[in-house]
Amino acid sequence: MTAFSEVAGARTAEPAVTDTLDVAAIRADFPILGRSVRGGNPLIYLDSGATSHKPRQVLDAERDFYTTHNSAAHRGAHLLGEEATDAYEGARTRIASFLGADAGEIVFTKSATEAINLVAYAMSNAATAGPQASRFVVGPGDEVLVTEMEHHANLVPWQQLCQRTGATLRWFGVTPDGRLDLSNIGELINPRTKLVAVTHQSNVTGTVPPVSEIAAAAHAHGALVVADGAQSVPHQPVRVKDLGADFLAFSGHKMLGPSGVGVLWGRRELLEAMPPFISGGSMIEVVRMEGSTFLPPPERFEAGVPATAQTVGLAAACDYLDGLGMAKVAAHEEALTAHALEALPGISGLRILGPLTTEHRGGAVSFVVDGIHPHDVGQVLDELGIAVRTGHHCAWPLHRALGAQSSTRASFYVYNTHDEVDALADGIRQAQKFFGVA
Amino acid sequence: MQLESMYQEIILDHYRRPLHAGLREPFDAQVHHVNPTCGDEVTLRVTLKDAGDQPAVADVSYETLGCSISQASVSVMADLIIGKPVSEALKISAEFLQLMQSRGESEPDEDVLGDAVAFEGVSKYPARIKCALLGWMAWKDATARALAERGDAVALDTQAEADGAKS
Repeated sequence: MTAFSEVAGARTAEPAVTDTLDVAAIRADFPILGRSVRGGNPLIYLDSGATSHKPRQVLDAERDFYTTHNSAAHRGAHLLGEEATDAYEGARTRIASFLGADAGEIVFTKSATEAINLVAYAMSNAATAGPQASRFVVGPGDEVLVTEMEHHANLVPWQQLCQRTGATLRWFGVTPDGRLDLSNIGELINPRTKLVAVTHQSNVTGTVPPVSEIAAAAHAHGALVVADGAQSVPHQPVRVKDLGADFLAFSGHKMLGPSGVGVLWGRRELLEAMPPFISGGSMIEVVRMEGSTFLPPPERFEAGVPATAQTVGLAAACDYLDGLGMAKVAAHEEALTAHALEALPGISGLRILGPLTTEHRGGAVSFVVDGIHPHDVGQVLDELGIAVRTGHHCAWPLHRALGAQSSTRASFYVYNTHDEVDALADGIRQAQKFFGVA
Repeated sequence: MQLESMYQEIILDHYRRPLHAGLREPFDAQVHHVNPTCGDEVTLRVTLKDAGDQPAVADVSYETLGCSISQASVSVMADLIIGKPVSEALKISAEFLQLMQSRGESEPDEDVLGDAVAFEGVSKYPARIKCALLGWMAWKDATARALAERGDAVALDTQAEADGAKS
């Protein structure tokens, strides 16, 4: 209650300045927030967990690349080719600094999903990739450890890896309040464990599992650790050296950047030993008809002409977020989440999936409403101009574990206001009235 | 609010008091269909009978886990087609599919579609069309299987139509 009172105090100047971010100024950077939606209502966008909106600065950076420098990076001897290469490599350096990483450890992919698949397929390619790739080989008797909390993107690729190699898939369960159940960590992480894949922030419950603690246990047995940062990198300060993981995957479009670009960060010594996933142009060293050799990382993992404008846009998104300050971004979202966790449970028949406090928890708030299917809740909210996600949010096993067939999710970002949280609560009550369940 | 155009009283009535609900014995075929985007499910059974020289729908029984639109739709469907020859039920099904793909631009024939005309408003919301079609696609699939069991060669391109419904 204390935390909420402080938040409530900051709400008087809505939607202008909060303790942390000047939300009114931020909103002015996002053209789409000025449009109206169904019934002429202003847009209340609470679906940034699915994809975020893009500020003018990101759109301008992309447009500037296309209008001024457009060319294929790492090809051609002409001026534009050089400028495009500089733009692409500059974006790599910028994103590395956003994470406290080295540029050589940043691999561009098309999405977080592809980044995770890159590691999974590199591991199944390792069996025939020579002795330097031996630590990536998995097979019968080995274990791949995931969690019941994962987005399908950090679950299905590991199921498939196990299917291809004969390794065994195991998983951490979740507690009734949506935390990771680590009670059997000593048994689950053992000498047979070759890889642990864990989310750094649940896209459903907002739960932030203790990745560094899990990584320490995994490393004690020589296992690799992949963290899914799709929901953490956009929303909290992430320094890869503090995270403890060996790989971190995330996407650009959820962090104010363009769609079509994702990132795999990996420890350099691991990337150096890892065989390629997608092969073709620009990842090779020498090609002969009999076979080919490959470039060092990160180029080894970036076959084909890269999505240069998108990486430039993502670098601009990093500038934008660092300009706000990631600690302030996290504090702003925590305040909105605290507000939602105070306002929503007051609605009769509403159950939040996941932690009821903001401790180790990000700004995704999923809930079920007795007697109204999430699709129907979402439809009423849409009518009011409120955009939320409905369904299982690509986390079907987690929903099963929490006893829900599906849910409605509100997720927050830098441009959301406390008034919008109140509008959400009002909208849910209107849905109950419409369907006659309140 | 525009909501009333989607959630017409007829739809809400079927949602609150679904007709022919529950799974009954005996049955000729049972299917389980899922909408992968939201996880909604229907388990549906079909029983056929002979009516003159052609098969007819003796019973449709079902269990659903889903939104109001998907539940109301399967209730409306069961009530419409039970007792009808399979060939006529298929025509109703085709007409309903056409209505759902109309984006609210068609004039549904109430003589053919009965209570199902109420779904015209749903057709304006592309995200909900699959909800309305879940039960119908399950019925067509179950009927194809039941006919195959009987050795009746009736062309039922269920998958092609289901794919068409996605566009």
